[in-house]
Amino acid sequence: MSDMQDMEKTESEEQIARIAAEMRLANDGLSDQDKAYFCDARPQAVEPYRGIMEKFANWARSQSLWILGFGTGCGAIELRPLMTSRFDMYRYGIQPRPTPRQSSVFVIGGYASVKTVKRIVRSYEQMQGPKFVLGLGSCTVNGGMYWDSYNTINRIDYYIPVDVYITGCMPRPEALLAGFNRLKQMIREGRCEGMNTYAENFDWYKANQKQIIKDWNMPDYNW
Amino acid sequence: MNSISAAASAGTGSGSGTGTETGTGTGLSGERFPVRERFPVWKDKFSLVSSMIQRQDLAFVQVPMQTTVAFITHLRDLEGYAHLVFFTAIDYIEDGIFRLTYMLHNYRRHHDLGVQVDIPREDAGMESIHHLWPHGATYQRELKEMYGIDFPGSPGVDESFVLEGWHDIPPMRREFDTKEYSEKTYYPRPGRVTYDPTEYMKEKLYPSEAETW
Repeated sequence: MSDMQDMEKTESEEQIARIAAEMRLANDGLSDQDKAYFCDARPQAVEPYRGIMEKFANWARSQSLWILGFGTGCGAIELRPLMTSRFDMYRYGIQPRPTPRQSSVFVIGGYASVKTVKRIVRSYEQMQGPKFVLGLGSCTVNGGMYWDSYNTINRIDYYIPVDVYITGCMPRPEALLAGFNRLKQMIREGRCEGMNTYAENFDWYKANQKQIIKDWNMPDYNW
Repeated sequence: MNSISAAASAGTGSGSGTGTETGTGTGLSGERFPVRERFPVWKDKFSLVSSMIQRQDLAFVQVPMQTTVAFITHLRDLEGYAHLVFFTAIDYIEDGIFRLTYMLHNYRRHHDLGVQVDIPREDAGMESIHHLWPHGATYQRELKEMYGIDFPGSPGVDESFVLEGWHDIPPMRREFDTKEYSEKTYYPRPGRVTYDPTEYMKEKLYPSEAETW
């Protein structure tokens, strides 16, 4: 009887271990030595708070948007006049930050080449939640004028989730402000769940990323 | 200002009215460099294929592959073409060649000289010039990556330069179809349309919108 129980127990333990192993990330791009330094856990979807608490949290989030200061393309030139006195984004509670760890909004500044996408993915994953993505310029929508280039991606939303697109080539700072206000409105309505979308469709995003980034030499999930 | 007027007068060949100006300076800066006189010398020594004077301060010469580096070394060390401005390739797929252009600059005479050399497209390769100008290695890395032209012995020529993890044929070769590659790789978003600009402007600018002004 006890033998039977032991067997069952070991079997279920094996099963748990196997499932756990399947949920781990392979981190194939890293050397064996480096694997020890990086986490192999997958991103988890975050449950919202209950009722009014989530509404309050969303209101608070929308009032303080910190941009990641990473100009990924030519569109980032429009962020400079936005910061300075004429358009003054600080009055909307928006300010740039130097590192992904402190930022909550990632502005994709125009076209993204394969080389940049690699850095975009890495920076996006390093940002702490809740985090939002603003696609700036036509290039993020459909590749813009670089749509048939050998190294410029067409749709950024195949690699990271995007909350708001601002079309134009280039969009003026006014358009950017409108985009930010739209983003704030969407956050307050609780519609900016890009981070959870990313966690839920992690395998799809990762497959798309690995299809174009051939020299994958970073962990599968950088956090 | 003096040198410009001197150059203009030298161009006409009369020299009238510039008696005081031409005496100033070294006398070289304002004059046209007689590059045409050098062509026979270079032809004897380095078997020039062809030569062309584009402008007063720009000429092109074409040399065979075998004498190119010797010719460039000669230009750099003895003729004053000490600066490599750029080094590039053109893909003439119809003729089955790459045309390499070494653009050299002579600071003393303010003269540019483009040295062209045709190399076969099959197993494209060329002698390296990194020993003449260290930054030549950078151009050669780029040419290796973008056109697949090999430069044996050039530092870092086999490392990736701008592209990371590129697995297809070099993208600047003309047999590489960039649109087809993009459509295959980058998920084109449907809905992209092209309008004829003339028709579109007619439709957009007239007549209804004009009435509202």
